[in-house]
Amino acid sequence: MVDRLLGRGRDAEHRTAAAPPSDAADPKRAVWSRVQLARNQRRPRTLEFVAAMADEFVELHGDRAFGDDAAMVVGLARIEDRRFVVVGQQKGADTNENIRRNFGMPHPEGYRKAIRVMELAERFRLPIVTFVDVPGAHPGPESEERGIAEAIARSIGLMSRIRTPIVAIITGEGGSGGAIAIAVGDVVIALENAVYSVISPEGCAAILWRTADEAPTAALAMKMTAADQLALGVVDLVVPEPGDGAHTDHAETARRLRAIIIEQLDRLSAISLESLVEARYRRYRSLGAYTETTEAPVAAPPSRGLADRVRDLLDPGRWPAGVQVPGPGRGRDEPPAREEV
Amino acid sequence: MPIKLPSFRPRKDAYPPDLWTRCPGCSEMLFNKQLDKANRVCPSCNHHFRLSAAARLEVLLDPGSFRELDAGLQSVDPLGFVDQKAYPDRVVAAQVATGMRDAAIRGIGAIEGTTVSICVMDFGFMGGSMGAVVGEKVTRAAEDATSGRMPLIVVSASGGARMQEGTLALMQLAKTVAAVERLRAAGLPFISLMTDPTTGGVFASYAVLGDVNLAEPNALIGFAGARVSAGTIAQELPPGFQRTEFLFSHGFVDRIVQRAEARAEIAALLRFLVPAPAGAEGADEGGPTLFRPMSFLSSLADRMIGEPDPVPAAGTGQSEESPRG
Repeated sequence: MVDRLLGRGRDAEHRTAAAPPSDAADPKRAVWSRVQLARNQRRPRTLEFVAAMADEFVELHGDRAFGDDAAMVVGLARIEDRRFVVVGQQKGADTNENIRRNFGMPHPEGYRKAIRVMELAERFRLPIVTFVDVPGAHPGPESEERGIAEAIARSIGLMSRIRTPIVAIITGEGGSGGAIAIAVGDVVIALENAVYSVISPEGCAAILWRTADEAPTAALAMKMTAADQLALGVVDLVVPEPGDGAHTDHAETARRLRAIIIEQLDRLSAISLESLVEARYRRYRSLGAYTETTEAPVAAPPSRGLADRVRDLLDPGRWPAGVQVPGPGRGRDEPPAREEV
Repeated sequence: MPIKLPSFRPRKDAYPPDLWTRCPGCSEMLFNKQLDKANRVCPSCNHHFRLSAAARLEVLLDPGSFRELDAGLQSVDPLGFVDQKAYPDRVVAAQVATGMRDAAIRGIGAIEGTTVSICVMDFGFMGGSMGAVVGEKVTRAAEDATSGRMPLIVVSASGGARMQEGTLALMQLAKTVAAVERLRAAGLPFISLMTDPTTGGVFASYAVLGDVNLAEPNALIGFAGARVSAGTIAQELPPGFQRTEFLFSHGFVDRIVQRAEARAEIAALLRFLVPAPAGAEGADEGGPTLFRPMSFLSSLADRMIGEPDPVPAAGTGQSEESPRG
């Protein structure tokens, strides 16, 4: 129940902190105000977008295994003569709906519902359009018991090989594994004020700066804005938002997304499924920067000589408890790193 | 050679930590050399200490069979990430401390005679976190397994994706899983061995997707770190939460394996999960032409003609095993 309280606290924060990103002088504040915009409670969600842009929509429910997750919505949609399958996370517009929709944090059954309907899309040769807006997959014990990691991995796996076009749109928060689980696509689009990150800025700050108060610093360091993601090649297209952000004009935002979706579906449907799947594999295959050196391998840590060992024996207090002793094999048993996705 | 010299200091100082390790399971003081000899498993309570990648390869593979590949892959700093320390400095510090270039080693080796493509992670290097280099090594290991028609073995030990590489680290989930999916489509076995800890983006990508999932006893395995769960939702966590046995009882781990038995277990599995002949499944998958389109038949032909096998790495072990099984 405390999660509800925490969530309610966050809602209040959203209402007050929706400043437009005009602080050009202070990059940290500019990034943070975008994070706030991406989390703005009045920002349009998947169902609002679909209602505004589709000529027809039929929502489908249930993962056929455990239940129906209201944090993940799926269905069949039509824009003009283009039929496609919709998959997207859904946050609530108010506290009551947020409680029902678990603040847009899907459980495993949400991802399994997505998997089920994407398989349906492949069978009926329907393209897939996903709307990504998630703080992160639900991190509680019931999620772990039912295999949240497995559901996410299976969803990524299916999307990487599925023989139908996929348009993925980051509309709000692209929170880590919970986002990538439905964001593998032939083309990845982001709204201007959307953010995409490997971990929430609060989580990153808590780990690397030891305090969640440094979240704006972490947000800046992680380069999580849509423009940064475009530069990194993680996102292919950024769609500008009207006015002070999507929440100020739902209809216009939906109109712009609709035009992009039509354009991309038409483009992708002209490509053969073989080349489409191969290009998708290559797209993700090429993401991530590294170099290949032929230099000599990194020198192994100096092994501790006989003199050192004798000195240790004669003076056992040389390494007070808790100090990391040089040499191989040590330091591997400290508490696990907290670099979670 | 535990020579005990008379000590003039209080008893608690008599165990210099480079020689002795206190077992977190039973609080026994263990002499490091003996601990290493026991593959870092506590002889009195069976606590499995973490193992370096090099030691892991020694435990799992036939002696002298390992050939490392892609040893030169090196992290770069795509975001210019600085927290309290710059990312490149953290990498260099980890390299000096571990003697590794990044958090994984990959190559080709043999397990009881079966040639395998193997990738082993090392928690000692920045928490085993997965950036582009680790993602690339796992992906190449899977791709080599696919093209060489070998089983894939991945030993995971990782806190998750590497934050310092931002969403590019997140993209490694998609990259590695896509390669594992191709391996699966080609009818080749993937055995995932999870060790302490396997969490976050590594657990939520390839580690959980093994055809057979193995895990060492009492390893921390989970999606969101226990502290994240406890912090964000403030619920009471069940005892043994996110430990191997928890995963096992909820159906996500096939077998809990003792370290000393891991090699025999994997070898036994590989005697059943023999790579399917190429082209039998997913004929349209797999991109590049495979070495041996019909490995069993062609190895049979090789033997009848009496020519030496021209491609030693391409699953000869399996084709020799299969008539027996």
